[in-house]
Amino acid sequence: MRNNSGGVIQRADIGQLLSVLTEKGYITIGPTLRDNTIVYDEIESVQDLPIGWTDIQAPGSYRLIKRDDEALFAYNTAPQSWKRYLNPPRIRLWKAQRTEGGGFTVDPEDYAPSKYAFIGVRACELKAILIQDKVFLGGYKDPCYQSRREGAFIVAVNCTQANETCFCASMNSGPKAESDYDLALTEIIDEQRHEFVVECGSERGEEILKELQHRPVEAEDSQRVDERIQETISQMGRSMDTHRLQSLLASQPNHPRWEEVAERCLSCANCTMACPTCFCSTVEDVTDLTGDHAERWRQWDSCFTMDFTYISGGHVRSSVMSRYRQWMTHKLSTWHDQFGVSGCVGCGRCITWCPVGIDITEEVAAFQNSHSQKTTNSVEK
Amino acid sequence: MIAPTQAPMVTTPWTITRIEKETEDTFTLDLKASEVEASPYRFEPGQFNMLYVFGVGEAPISISGDPAKPKRLRHTTRIVGTVTRAMGALRKGESIGIRGPYGSSWPLEQAKGKDVIIVSGGIGLAPLRPALHKLLAHRQQYRRIILLYGARTPEDILYNKHLEKWRARFDVEVYITVDRATRNWRGNVGVVTPLVKRAPFHRDNAIAMICGPEIMMRYAVQELRTRGLQAEDIYVSIERNMKCAIGHCGHCQYGPAFTCKDGPVFRYDKIEHLFNLVEI
Repeated sequence: MRNNSGGVIQRADIGQLLSVLTEKGYITIGPTLRDNTIVYDEIESVQDLPIGWTDIQAPGSYRLIKRDDEALFAYNTAPQSWKRYLNPPRIRLWKAQRTEGGGFTVDPEDYAPSKYAFIGVRACELKAILIQDKVFLGGYKDPCYQSRREGAFIVAVNCTQANETCFCASMNSGPKAESDYDLALTEIIDEQRHEFVVECGSERGEEILKELQHRPVEAEDSQRVDERIQETISQMGRSMDTHRLQSLLASQPNHPRWEEVAERCLSCANCTMACPTCFCSTVEDVTDLTGDHAERWRQWDSCFTMDFTYISGGHVRSSVMSRYRQWMTHKLSTWHDQFGVSGCVGCGRCITWCPVGIDITEEVAAFQNSHSQKTTNSVEK
Repeated sequence: MIAPTQAPMVTTPWTITRIEKETEDTFTLDLKASEVEASPYRFEPGQFNMLYVFGVGEAPISISGDPAKPKRLRHTTRIVGTVTRAMGALRKGESIGIRGPYGSSWPLEQAKGKDVIIVSGGIGLAPLRPALHKLLAHRQQYRRIILLYGARTPEDILYNKHLEKWRARFDVEVYITVDRATRNWRGNVGVVTPLVKRAPFHRDNAIAMICGPEIMMRYAVQELRTRGLQAEDIYVSIERNMKCAIGHCGHCQYGPAFTCKDGPVFRYDKIEHLFNLVEI
């Protein structure tokens, strides 16, 4: 971490950042308006950013509204996350060709190294990327993920406001990016200024900053950053108490709350698609009309689908109850066993994008309350 | 476990050298590596491969051959779905894609100097056959070897030739039962689990290996525990949906475990808390 190196860039010069990155050969991916949401897509200039827009999120609800300023990053989380670029929704794994006499040859997909610059990665999203690193690079290495991840240049943006569905502070994953970025920006807007305090997190980041018009960081600048981060923390609409949560959920497979939440859950899989850490996938085999050419594709899958657990004896998890239980227990409990971290970063996407507004923090609280009640009762006895 | 390779999802064609029909719905394929680089292949009893049928799909199939002869790769498959049906239609000389071996194996090291009880049901004998091959190849290292095997009907009994050979030996005890007898059946009728009561093993110095339908495994564990076997001396092989076999696809999760890499063979005490739960 190189907190000492940094600078302050004026709003008018932020376009330079994009053009310098482009000159260095990066494909710049950042937030842009589409379909009444903010999505991450290829951007060419500041004009592509959601200038002056913010998002209002609540359980099962997402609205964009116009602000009275020209803020570039005054929104929280987009429905998509960066996994779309690091672990694309659908990729080809290999092609195969039938040969004479019943054999075939296999031609593995060549994943040429991608040079993406991700603009506007929030602290919770950065944490999610580090979590997916453990999944795809921790044991067997996924060549596609590796080719995209290793070249990625990360421009983090610290959140200067929080939504009702945000709870990264309680998950220790935000709102300020602490490490593993190349550059981190904090957008400062008040009567006198619209500027960005930039921190460098890598040599690559320092090199880029050198090419941008900037002034040194003064003590007041750092103070303004700290104030905004504190304000963001205080705005956070939700929190999750993770104390002993891993063992609590692991010990409650028959808790009646699972049935209660299953009555509302549509098992639509939205939460898993929106979640920045969910990584499950399935494969599809296709052939052309001659039947001599076959391909194998991998695509995102969800533990909420019926087919997910199909074996010869039937579907292991046929009830919605068991599928919700699997998802939430995995996310908050068994993820620790598998990867040494929680699978939740507190971004709130699963709450916002759940069509019926199921709230993971509320579910956790329900388990904790019933547990503490039980403990109290047994003490009274 | 094999070393993580550059492209772990890429399959390698092997050639079918022999097809043996075992029962009405099961068959055994012998495969040999088509390419030279695939020949350093070796596996441990209990491990599995991902088998790919051209253009149709991939399925996890346990290895059922002799680990001392890894160049002749052997798999016994029951026709239960699209991939296994297509596999059953392949002919000698055609190719199958192989990735593997994957997963944990039977505790043959830990079993040394102990009585070994093998409880299997139906196709569950397939992943245990490599263990039997290895146990018998090093027969003097183990005490009693007991095989309990249950099939649906006499026609569904797998590996007749091997069973007859093992049964003829004085140093292996083989008990076979069928759920439903036919006219010519003179053997035991009923499920396999009550046979545990008859098996002569020493409860303080024995190890059990179980593979079969989950319901059968539950009762087998119960019987073995009643006979005084400790939870840590019992091993079971779990079946789950698998798409990748390398811990990336998420399908095979069994509580905190990935069945593909932490299993399929689990020590019972490690999964006891999951074993009797439904839909886990």
